[in-house]
Amino acid sequence: MNLGAHAGFIVAAYAAAAAMVGVLILWVALDYRAQRRSLDELEQRGITRRSQTKETP
Amino acid sequence: MALIDLANPSRFLALAGRALPWLAFATALAFGVGLVMAFNAPDDYQQGATVKIMFLHVPAAWLGMFGWTLMSLSAFGTLVWRHPLADVAAKAAVPIGAAFTLLCLVTGSLWGRPMWGTSWVWDARLTSVLVLFLMYLGVMALYRTAEDPARGARAAAILTLVGAINLPIIKFSVDWWNTLHQPASVIRLGAPAIHPAILTPLLVMALAFLLLFLTLHLAAMRNEILRRRVRTLRLIQADESHA
Repeated sequence: MNLGAHAGFIVAAYAAAAAMVGVLILWVALDYRAQRRSLDELEQRGITRRSQTKETP
Repeated sequence: MALIDLANPSRFLALAGRALPWLAFATALAFGVGLVMAFNAPDDYQQGATVKIMFLHVPAAWLGMFGWTLMSLSAFGTLVWRHPLADVAAKAAVPIGAAFTLLCLVTGSLWGRPMWGTSWVWDARLTSVLVLFLMYLGVMALYRTAEDPARGARAAAILTLVGAINLPIIKFSVDWWNTLHQPASVIRLGAPAIHPAILTPLLVMALAFLLLFLTLHLAAMRNEILRRRVRTLRLIQADESHA
């Protein structure tokens, strides 16, 4: 494939797009792991939302 | 499932968990097809191979504006209907919309340098897109600085609706003012001004970017719901330790 005299600009644009997509995917994945871990830790300590607590007679 | 059921965050989480793998697969497939078509598309008779930058630049610009449109609809949901997921949707869209707007600016500069002889001019189109990017950063800062999330949500919703005035300015800037940026060539009255050999890969890449946006947005909404649950549990924990 011949990208012509301005190949550097084309490659740089696609590299920037790939980097942006990579950063967004990483951000979403790491954030999910962090929130899941925090939630699991709190629930393991017995802290639950009021809507989740069982009603006792 | 009725649409109103999605107002329940637990049901939304379950739906997101089921939809995300399919959306991610559809995104990867669309990008695979789109990139093959983009790199096999003919060169433009004037711009040569640099037209390949358009397959990134134009979808990024559309999605930068789509992000703010989505936030504006969510802002209505927050202010008028107080829908429980409206602010979640708005907040999750901010960094994604900002990233696409930044990509639009970067790829535009990389395209402009060889074609216009400059990476940047203060013309109406470029400046209004830069303003959109700065507004995204402003909303992001507002969310981060608000101590009370409910008040932060309302302030962000108002700022979003005020900022929506920039969307028609971006769209019509090339018609209202004399700009170095070219006029609209796809979304315009009459047929698109691009040859189908270049238009088709552009539309496939736009679909791929749209699917990417929706996948990331759904995942970011799921994260935001979990973050709010963590916050609630920490408040309960603090309450119990003071009792």
